[in-house]
Amino acid sequence: MIILKLGVLFSGGKDSVFACYRAMAANEVVCLISIISENEDSYMFHTPNIRWVGRQSEAMDISLLTWPTAGQEEKELEDLQDAIVAAKETHDIEGIVTGAIESIYQAVRLQRICQTLNLWCFNPLWQVDQVDYLRLLLSEGFEVIISGVFAYPLGPAWVGTKLTDERIQKLRQLQEIYRINPSGEGGELETFVTDGPFFNKRIEIMRASKTYDNYRGYFIIEDMRLVEK
Amino acid sequence: MILLVDLCYEKYSLSMYEFVFPIADIVKRAKVRYDIMHHSEVGLITAEKYDKIILCGTALKDGIYLENMDSFSWIKECTRPLLGICAGMQVIGSIFGGRIISQPSIGLQEIDIVKETSLLGKARQIEGYHLHNYGVTLPQGFEHLVGSSDQVEAFKHEERFIYGITFHPEVRNKWIVDRFVKLGYEHVEEIFNR
Repeated sequence: MIILKLGVLFSGGKDSVFACYRAMAANEVVCLISIISENEDSYMFHTPNIRWVGRQSEAMDISLLTWPTAGQEEKELEDLQDAIVAAKETHDIEGIVTGAIESIYQAVRLQRICQTLNLWCFNPLWQVDQVDYLRLLLSEGFEVIISGVFAYPLGPAWVGTKLTDERIQKLRQLQEIYRINPSGEGGELETFVTDGPFFNKRIEIMRASKTYDNYRGYFIIEDMRLVEK
Repeated sequence: MILLVDLCYEKYSLSMYEFVFPIADIVKRAKVRYDIMHHSEVGLITAEKYDKIILCGTALKDGIYLENMDSFSWIKECTRPLLGICAGMQVIGSIFGGRIISQPSIGLQEIDIVKETSLLGKARQIEGYHLHNYGVTLPQGFEHLVGSSDQVEAFKHEERFIYGITFHPEVRNKWIVDRFVKLGYEHVEEIFNR
């Protein structure tokens, strides 16, 4: 059996956390790699609550490598490549794991970077049925908070709520009516994971604020703590 | 019942999620039953138990299937309809005498279908997702359906129901797998009864 040392491209959202979970099943995840973008509309990198990835890595007991980017469209790819090079040097990674589901834009760029750096590239959520996947997240025991909404008709009630069966059912209906991606792959929503089956500790959010205007809302975490499970 | 052959570097690898399960999902949506087997477990007797067989692709960095080409020799004698995707196409081409060549490509590209077939339909241009380091030259007894004779992006056996496509139909072109699964193969039986 081949056990690879892998780095997970990590935003703290459900996709990168679940990709990490799948990667850990048969490989060694040696680090999480988080790109901290100054541009909230970054093409590649999710930004809400990214400053809390350190606490998530602590809860998951996996090393974290953070790397800054100004978030300009193609320049951020160079920053991403630099971050992966740093992970290769410091953690000796043999491959990268991403939470890409449908985005060819993301997948192609990651594949090219890995090709250049002679690394494996794994996308364990690739082309997954999004509603089935959301249900799987819950059945596997992940706790997911909707930390941002960015599309009609997602109203303020969605901001800061937990992903539940009812919410998934609603997202499925919205998919049929408005063609939104239920898992937010098109940027419709962002998430933050507070617990999962491989978390050593769960995250308890102590204080947070919400902003919402014109179908654009954020749940900003202001304080949190790690709790023994 | 369809057999999906996993060409990834080992059984139950992390790449399965990316290269095998998306194909399985399309087959499942077509309401057709399927089994998944790693290529190291498949031989002629096993293959012949299935109605159709799809050889799936694998990761860019994975070249292990190329080192085990002998284990695919059953393909030549297999009477079942076959579809090879990316690495699967390379394997089919190689088994029938084609040569594996360096042909790296990543991303969406225009695909020129140059010949009408029951699988790919009329000659036209479509967009396809490429993710491969290698290609295969056109083996004798095959006709190229996409691309040119020196850069074959899809081929078909001249007589048998064997197709290979170098691009990944699970991205943007799920209809190809769906059509392969649903196509009746009365004409295939006709060929084998000649």
